[in-house]
Amino acid sequence: MDLLNALVAFANFVFVPAVAYGAQLALGALGVTLIYGILRFSNFAHGDTMAFGTMCTILVTWGLQSWGIGLGPLPTALLALPVGIAVTGLFLVATDRTVYRFYRRTRAAPVILTMVSLGVMFVMNGLVRFIIGVDSIDFADGARFVVNARDFRDATGLDEGLAIRSTQAITIVVAAIAMALLFWFLNRTRTGKSMRAFSDNEDLALLSGINPERVVTVTWLIVAALATTAGVLYGLDKSFMPFTYFQLLLPIFAAAVVGGLGSPLGAVAGGFVIAFSEVGVTYAWKKVAGYALPEGLQPDGLAQLLSTDYKFAVSFAILVLVLLFRPTGLFRGKSV
Amino acid sequence: MTRPVLLFALVTGLFVLTGITQSWSVALTILNMGVVSAIMALGVNMQWGYAGLFNIGVMGFAALGGLAVVLTATAPVDGAMAAGGWRILGALAVGIAALIAAVQAWRRMRRGRGLVVTVIVIAGFLLFRHIFDAGVAGVEAINPTVQGNLGGLGLPVWMAWPVGGLLAAIAAWGIGKTALGLRSDYLAIATLGIAEIVLAVLRNEEWLDRGVKNVIGLPRPVPYEVDLQQSAGFVSWAQEYGFDPVTASSIVVKLCYLGLFALVLAIVMLLAELALKSPWGRMMRAIRDNEVAAGAMGKNVKARHLQIFIIGSAVIGIAGAMMTTLDSQLTPASYQPLRYTFLVWVMVIVGGSGNNWGAMLGGFLIWWLWVMVEPIGQGVLSALTAPMADGWLKAHLQDGAAHMRLLTMGVILLLVLRFSPRGLIPER
Repeated sequence: MDLLNALVAFANFVFVPAVAYGAQLALGALGVTLIYGILRFSNFAHGDTMAFGTMCTILVTWGLQSWGIGLGPLPTALLALPVGIAVTGLFLVATDRTVYRFYRRTRAAPVILTMVSLGVMFVMNGLVRFIIGVDSIDFADGARFVVNARDFRDATGLDEGLAIRSTQAITIVVAAIAMALLFWFLNRTRTGKSMRAFSDNEDLALLSGINPERVVTVTWLIVAALATTAGVLYGLDKSFMPFTYFQLLLPIFAAAVVGGLGSPLGAVAGGFVIAFSEVGVTYAWKKVAGYALPEGLQPDGLAQLLSTDYKFAVSFAILVLVLLFRPTGLFRGKSV
Repeated sequence: MTRPVLLFALVTGLFVLTGITQSWSVALTILNMGVVSAIMALGVNMQWGYAGLFNIGVMGFAALGGLAVVLTATAPVDGAMAAGGWRILGALAVGIAALIAAVQAWRRMRRGRGLVVTVIVIAGFLLFRHIFDAGVAGVEAINPTVQGNLGGLGLPVWMAWPVGGLLAAIAAWGIGKTALGLRSDYLAIATLGIAEIVLAVLRNEEWLDRGVKNVIGLPRPVPYEVDLQQSAGFVSWAQEYGFDPVTASSIVVKLCYLGLFALVLAIVMLLAELALKSPWGRMMRAIRDNEVAAGAMGKNVKARHLQIFIIGSAVIGIAGAMMTTLDSQLTPASYQPLRYTFLVWVMVIVGGSGNNWGAMLGGFLIWWLWVMVEPIGQGVLSALTAPMADGWLKAHLQDGAAHMRLLTMGVILLLVLRFSPRGLIPER
């Protein structure tokens, strides 16, 4: 029995990766949930919006790198992120004007808007593949580790090392800043309050003089910022590949539904629920159990519940459980 | 009445044009997949067009059909059942029993049922893994370079088609039970999920279908080209009409496939049209147009939705099995949602949702476009980039032609939804 080593192994292989992944999912789910709350449809183009924003950021990053501009130990992509957000924001607002606005005016059923978002997804997916290709792109630069496994072992004298990659630390810090800004905006500013009012009761909001077009435009801009940030953080942490971003749609939707569609706080909670379940179920617990359990009780096998190939099954299983037992989600989202 | 006829004539013209300008063999290849696409589009049209159900897991149901071909038509692997096949089947039975016990416990008990159900599920899963893992190891150890799976029943391959429909129907029942009756988007998300999971199973469970090692050389319902070329009767027949025996054999094989597929398409189409024109079809459309009113008239909306969802998925499963039969191989890595799920949706929307003839037309037309956009895009981009100096940009643009088809399909979908939402052949 060696609880300290078990704790470090747990932190290294489960806690830190799950927190970083959860923050990325939460940012993605916030975008989905905002669109759902304000525009009232499930946006299936969200994964490809993330890919588009990340692509813009990568292109700017390459430009900056070729001019020799960098941030030292931080990845250059952080410097390029605002440009990526701006371009994606312009693209989304243009999409709204050319595509979505018509259906809003005609009061089309939400499912038609969802279908339209499939068309937008096709177009964005094609654009991304056309511009940057389908291959995996690693664009992280700067320092690799905040805490190195060997340094940690030397400093503490434990057998297990704890490694925190700089991309994980950056993910957590940036996501925390982004969420704090978003919640400040929604709760404290006039525009944010009008957005929440619009989401709660559209007719009442219109009667009290809120300009719906303005609310919608601001929503798309915020969604662009959230999606691009989520995509860039995920790409820095793992790597950028258009198809992976499309596949992220399932865990992101699961996170938004688990939290309650339309509830920003729920989206954040849902992101972490999904991430911790996914990492926890697909991690081989042999090492942690080997430290934590007394001799004789230790498992023979890997103690892995599901192979990592089935990580989507975890989001799906949680989604099904929520749909069966609490369709409005943990935080009582807008509708069933 | 003239409009559908004209449109079908136009699509026929496209295929004839391909036959004349390229070759009849190419035209028949596209046409065969067009028939499969048309059947898939009919399945989606039943769900969306009749009932307004939003299924974006087409890929998963089609892949289940493909799995059915492996499980039905391949020869059994010697000794696989003894080496672990029974253990695997036993483990699956234990898993299903645990699920049923959990559901029953939830229904029958009142207090403390959450705890009991959790215990049943966890214990059931651990027991399942305990029995299952040893069985899998046994099966996968058998001749892993060419086998390593359970194999199938060795039945004629056409029998796999209804089996594919059955597998897809079972999956649809599970999804429908959970996600129907909630918002329409939830069904979409759930079907998106099940499609990913079906594919994950097909890619990783080697005892089932050899995973990404692929099952190749599946039996065919039609003669092989080589056999035809070696048959004296066929060669003399071909030469009598002045054909090259090699070309003739390939075309005859494709025509045989076309005959079988067209028969299935005709049956599905006939049944779909009869169903749509029956009182049942009118009830379905009434439910789609106003669920509340239909419910007030005593129609069981949720049960009818479940019914049509299962039927539509079964049709997709049948088409998936036919597609795998046509390819003679199951390659789980080749299933892509954009190609299978969303392309079929474009077919239905463009053709005309709610109208079987429209969905069928969309299947042929969009499949032809999907195949042809790439060479056309290549040509357009070469023409556009011709004046540019050679360099990375020109090379990059020309490479990108492969991705033009996604862009084109997206634009077509958006344009149809915006300017002609009822499709080419609207619902009557």
